[in-house]
Amino acid sequence: MNKRTPSQTLLPQPGRRRLLQGAVALTGLSSVGIPAISLAQNKPIRVGMPTILSGRVATLGISSSNAARMQVKKFNDAGGFGGRPIELVIRDSKGQPQEAARVSRELVNSEHCEILLDGEASSGAFAVHEVARELGVLCIHAISETSSLSADPKLHIPNAFRTARQGIHDSIIGGAFAGRIAKEKKLTQWMSASPDYAYGRDTTAEFFEYAKHFNKDIEVVGQAWPKLFQPDYSEVVTRLLQKRPHAIYSCLWGGDLSSFISQANIYAMFKNRAFFAVNMADYTVLTAVKNLPEGLYSGNRYLRSFPNTPANHAWADTYRKAYKDLPTNWSWEAALGVDFLIEGMKKANSADGAKIAKVLPGMVIDSPFGTNGKITMRAEDHTIVDYALGWGAISSKEPYMPNPSVGDWKQIFELEKEWKKSKGYI
Amino acid sequence: MNPHELFNCVTSMSCIVTQASTGLIIGALLFLVAAGLTLIFGVLRVINFAHGSLYMLGAYFGLTVYRMTGSYLLAVVIAGLGVALFSIVFERFFIRRIYDADVLMQLLVCYAFILILDDVVKLVWGAEFLSMGMPEAFQSPPLMLGGGIIPVFYLVLVAAAGVIALALWYVLKHTRIGKVVRAAAHNPTMTSTLGLNTQLIYAGVFACGGLLAGMAGALAAPVRSMSPGMGFSILIESFIVTVIGGMGSVSGALVGALLIGMVRSFGSIGFPDFVEVLTFLAMILILVLRPGGLMSRRHA
Repeated sequence: MNKRTPSQTLLPQPGRRRLLQGAVALTGLSSVGIPAISLAQNKPIRVGMPTILSGRVATLGISSSNAARMQVKKFNDAGGFGGRPIELVIRDSKGQPQEAARVSRELVNSEHCEILLDGEASSGAFAVHEVARELGVLCIHAISETSSLSADPKLHIPNAFRTARQGIHDSIIGGAFAGRIAKEKKLTQWMSASPDYAYGRDTTAEFFEYAKHFNKDIEVVGQAWPKLFQPDYSEVVTRLLQKRPHAIYSCLWGGDLSSFISQANIYAMFKNRAFFAVNMADYTVLTAVKNLPEGLYSGNRYLRSFPNTPANHAWADTYRKAYKDLPTNWSWEAALGVDFLIEGMKKANSADGAKIAKVLPGMVIDSPFGTNGKITMRAEDHTIVDYALGWGAISSKEPYMPNPSVGDWKQIFELEKEWKKSKGYI
Repeated sequence: MNPHELFNCVTSMSCIVTQASTGLIIGALLFLVAAGLTLIFGVLRVINFAHGSLYMLGAYFGLTVYRMTGSYLLAVVIAGLGVALFSIVFERFFIRRIYDADVLMQLLVCYAFILILDDVVKLVWGAEFLSMGMPEAFQSPPLMLGGGIIPVFYLVLVAAAGVIALALWYVLKHTRIGKVVRAAAHNPTMTSTLGLNTQLIYAGVFACGGLLAGMAGALAAPVRSMSPGMGFSILIESFIVTVIGGMGSVSGALVGALLIGMVRSFGSIGFPDFVEVLTFLAMILILVLRPGGLMSRRHA
């Protein structure tokens, strides 16, 4: 006699009727159940993007969302992540921190976004950062340049990363460049005219700190702090003129910088005087300022010609073709945010934010915006390094910065470490 | 604070010339905007919170005309007339309905128009800031007077503002239209009883306010970048001027604008970190000493 195991004896033996029932059920599943499973597999990966789409900074917010859309479209057209496309959900924060926090929370809780691509300027980015801390979602800060956002260990969270340039990097390179030019041209008496808020004050202080580090002869003889969006700079210009400085530094930006230059021009302020404006080399300003004066130097923000590579040219041309406009500094930063997200998904082989956050630290990706065609997400503080950074004299036509002085990242790392120590960050 | 620098400045001819001319320039443009604001309030008793948006429209109209014709003069004139025309429509269909409403309702309607006009500008001209650039005729080196620096273009602006101020004063004080406007401001019921069309007067005054704001926007366009929302900052300064000069007083607006111009100009030398505070301090001081403003009728 054949002995049967208990399991065999307990299992019902399928008869012909049951087999037929099973076949019918399978047919039913094939028309309902299996597509449902494939639908889940093709479910879009929803990425929420709070940014500034109204008010004075709207033009930059639009340029960043355009760039993010462009990168997402390219990815989706290539098949997405295993058939799953990325769906960008873009919301206007109106440039208000409390609104940025509310919109971000809503994107995660109500719009079911699994990842945040933060398109906020610094004031809003800190609010979004706290939402990311609270909800635990992967957050890529694509715009904020305030150094402490990633440098301050008290603010560090494992699920937040930054794909924007950093203020301290700009200051070191700007200071080194200014120090060298000051030596060559004997520019010892300096003044500044920067906007009167945290960014303006911090950036100006850091610029002079490093300018003096590289050239001990530099002396700051006066500073003017016009308020943000001030329509008339006449009193600022005449104050600068009264002191007769050899050089002037400014981190005014956008329409404010354009107005300042126009108003200073008619006082002949730039005649025999150097002007260092960190935010000049962005197409929004370069194309808006008529009668560009001589003796003007800037840090690169975004230029098709810097880095002067086919990859960067192609990216700028694609953007221009898609939006009939020129990309801005915010554009490349947002595009890079999407690129890191995509590469993170591929490496983690998952669209899960937590898994992506584990593979992003230390990741190196090919990028048109890198000094050598590559950009690294530094593991220690979750911020990008090796991006194209430089200063140079500005001309009124393409390529606008004909001979840029490319930033030395080794020098940046050394001085950044010292800066972090001085701030108590390490 | 650098009070010693201010002392050095007021004892130096070059500094006095540069800073006084700068104060005059700041004041001249402020006057054009504030004059319209105070004129509308004086006659219509409506605080036009959307007045900054009329200034913005003037700048954009001016830019468009300048790009089409290349004539700065034509740009200023057409911008002024264009905004005046828009103001008539605005007054006829919206402001007229809130003459007797409380100030909150007036604020609400005007604020709605600030947002609407900002969006209209965004749709028509785009969200990016724009610049007109300096007309070729004014691209000359600044004048040097007593060691001080005076830009040629600013001399033109001051002259234009001066002519407009004189014309306004003459029309209001020495013409029949001026008498009618003053009568409507003083006693609209009696003016209406005498057979004068007060609705027409109101529309005319509103258009005049719009004309001034529009011309100011276009006049300043070569040196000020334009962007949606640009009217807000000029509105705040215009309110300060109006309060200092006396609500409803055009001559008060002139005095207030020049005062603010000088405070800003010389204040930036002595108190560079407190220029904004100084303008508000000036306003508070006037409110305490002369609550109705420098040129209010009660104190006249």
